[in-house]
Amino acid sequence: MTVPLAATGAVVAQASRRDTLVSWGWVSEHLDDVWSRTVEHVQLTLVALALGFAVSSALAALAVRHRRTFAPITWIGSILYTIPSVALFGMLIPVTGLGFWTAEIALVSYTILIFVRNIVAGIDGVPAPVVEAADAMGYTRWQRLRAVELPLALPTIVAGLRIAAVTVIGLVTVAAVVGNGGYGAFILDGLDRDFPTPIVLGAALSVLLAATVDAGLALAERALTPWARRRGGER
Amino acid sequence: MVAADGEIAVSIRDLTKQYPGAPSPAVRGLTLDVAAGEVVALVGPSGCGKTTTLKMINRLIEPTSGSIQVLGRDQAALPVHELRRSIGYVIQQIGLFPHRTVAANIGVVPRLLGWPKAQISARVAELLALVGLPADAGRRYPSELSGGQQQRVGVARALAADPPILLMDEPYSAVDPLVRARLQDDLLALQAQVGKTIVIVTHDIDEAIKLGDRVAILAQGGVLAQYDTPDELLRAPADDFVAAFLGRERSLRRLGLRRVDEVRAEPAVAVAATATAAEALAAADGMGARWVVVLDNDNDNDNDNDNDNDDGTDNDNYDGTDNDNTGAGEPVGLVATAELRHHSRAGAVGGTIGDGLEPDRRPPVVDATWPLREVLDAVLRSGCGAALVGDRMPARCVITLDALAEALR
Repeated sequence: MTVPLAATGAVVAQASRRDTLVSWGWVSEHLDDVWSRTVEHVQLTLVALALGFAVSSALAALAVRHRRTFAPITWIGSILYTIPSVALFGMLIPVTGLGFWTAEIALVSYTILIFVRNIVAGIDGVPAPVVEAADAMGYTRWQRLRAVELPLALPTIVAGLRIAAVTVIGLVTVAAVVGNGGYGAFILDGLDRDFPTPIVLGAALSVLLAATVDAGLALAERALTPWARRRGGER
Repeated sequence: MVAADGEIAVSIRDLTKQYPGAPSPAVRGLTLDVAAGEVVALVGPSGCGKTTTLKMINRLIEPTSGSIQVLGRDQAALPVHELRRSIGYVIQQIGLFPHRTVAANIGVVPRLLGWPKAQISARVAELLALVGLPADAGRRYPSELSGGQQQRVGVARALAADPPILLMDEPYSAVDPLVRARLQDDLLALQAQVGKTIVIVTHDIDEAIKLGDRVAILAQGGVLAQYDTPDELLRAPADDFVAAFLGRERSLRRLGLRRVDEVRAEPAVAVAATATAAEALAAADGMGARWVVVLDNDNDNDNDNDNDNDDGTDNDNYDGTDNDNTGAGEPVGLVATAELRHHSRAGAVGGTIGDGLEPDRRPPVVDATWPLREVLDAVLRSGCGAALVGDRMPARCVITLDALAEALR
C-alpha cells in the first residue's frame, strides 16, 4: 500500500532483525525516510490546525454573537469528534478518493469541537466588568474583541490549540490508510511485514513530535501573556 | 461647586426603562438636571434603578423612552462610541484591563481618540500624580497593585481624555472603610482641582451626603423621591420614605456637613488656675463673657493645685488682652459664669478657681475646620458643655451646645 521499505533485504537479515524490538541498523539506513515522513507529518498537522482554527473561529464568532447557535454547533462538532477515525477515513475514500485533502477533511473535522469550545469559553471567561469598562471607554465591538477579549481569551485558546495539536498529530498516523500518513507509513509498513522496528519508530516519533509541539505552545503562551505571571504587590 | 453660569451638563427628561419580561419599569418617568461642575449623588435602595439611570447616560443601557441631553446635545444623536469617549466612567469592580500595564490602561481613551504617543505618555504621568500614584506604577500590571491603588487607576483612566462628565457606579463599595474614606476625600480634593460634572451612584447615604453637592433619592421603580442639597434633605425630608432612608440621625448628619467656622462662637475670658472665683467672675463680666477658660500656667503642668507662690492673684496677666504671657498655659478647665455665680452664692469662697475644677475634665479644643458633628462628640465626652476654639488665640472663643443647636435651625 505504501512505499515498500527495505523490501530487498535478505531473508537471513530479516530473520535476525525480528529477534529484537528495534533494529538500529534498519533505522540508520532509513534516516532519509524519517526526514521526509517528518515533513509530511508536520505539513498535514499544520494545514489541519490552520484550517480547523479558521473554520472554528468563524463558528465561534457566530456562537458568541448569536448564542442560540452555540448548542447546534457543538452538537455537530461532537458528532464529528466521536466518529472513529478509521471509519471516517473509510467513508471519505469513495467520495474524495485517496490523497492529501481526504486526510485533511477528516483531521480538520476533529479539531472543530476543541477549537470552538475553547474560543467561546475564552471569550466568555473575560470578566464582565472588563467588558463593561471596554464598552464604556468607547471601544467599538471589533476593537473590543481585538484589544481586550482575544488577548484575555488567549490562554484558553492556546490550551485548545495544544489539545488539538496533540490530537491531530496522533490522528495523522491513522491517515496513512488514505495514503497520507506521515509517521503512520512506518507503522503500516511494519504491520504489513510483521516487522516491529518501523512500528516502534513511527509511534515514538509521533509521540516525540506531539510532546515537542505541546511544550513549544506552552512556552509561546507564557511569552504572550506576561501579565498572567505578575501577581501580588501590596494588597 | 455649581458653575456660575448654571449651565446644565446632563438633562434627563421623562426617562423610562422597561426591561423585557420585568413586571414593572426599572426607571419610570425620571426627570433630573445636573448642573455643570456639580457632584450629584444618585442614592436609593437596591432596585431603585439608580445604576440603570447612570448607564443610560452613556448608553450602556438604551432607554425605553424619554431623552437625555449631554452638554446640550441629544446623546442619542451621536455614535455611541463617540459619546462614551467623552464621558468618564468608573465602576465598583474597576474593570481594569489585566493584560495592559497601568500606563496603557490609563491611555486607553486618548489612544482611541488618536492622540500622539508623546502626548499620551505625558498625560499618563500627569494623571498618575493627580490621583496620587507613584510615577513608576505606570509600568506595572493591575494585578500588582492594591485594591485602593487599582481604584485610583480606574479614576485616572476615566479622566484621561479630560471628559467634562464623569459617571461613577458605586466606586468605593468594594474597598474597606478606611481606604474608602481616604478615596472619598481624595475625590473631593481632585474635584476641587478639575471641576468635573460628576454623577455618582451609591447605596450609602453617608457617602452621598459627603460627596454630593446635591443628592437625588430614588424610590423603588426609579421614581425620584427628593432631589436637593444634603442639608436641605436632612432638614426637611419630603416624605416618610426619604426620612426613613436618611435614618434617625438626621441632625447629627447635618452637623457633619458644617464646620466650626460656620457657627457663632462666643467669647471667653482666660484666667489662671490660681485666681479666685470672684476674680474670674470680675474678669468675665468686664469683657461681657459667659465662659471662663482656666489656664494652668505652671511649667510642669502636673501639680496645678498646690502651686501658690506664683502671680495668680494678678489676673490681669490672663485677661487675654494685653500680656505676652497670654495663652502660654494649658487650658485645664472651662466654666460657665453662671456656674461660678452659683458656687459663689453657695458660699464656696476662698480657694482658687483651679481647686474647684474636677480633675480629668479638660475642655476639648477644636479648630476652625472641624465638622460640628465631631465638636458635639468632643463636647459630650468632656462634660464641659462647650468646646474651646483653639486657633483663635489670644482671644478665646467657645462653641456651646446652644450654638450647635442654633446651627441646625
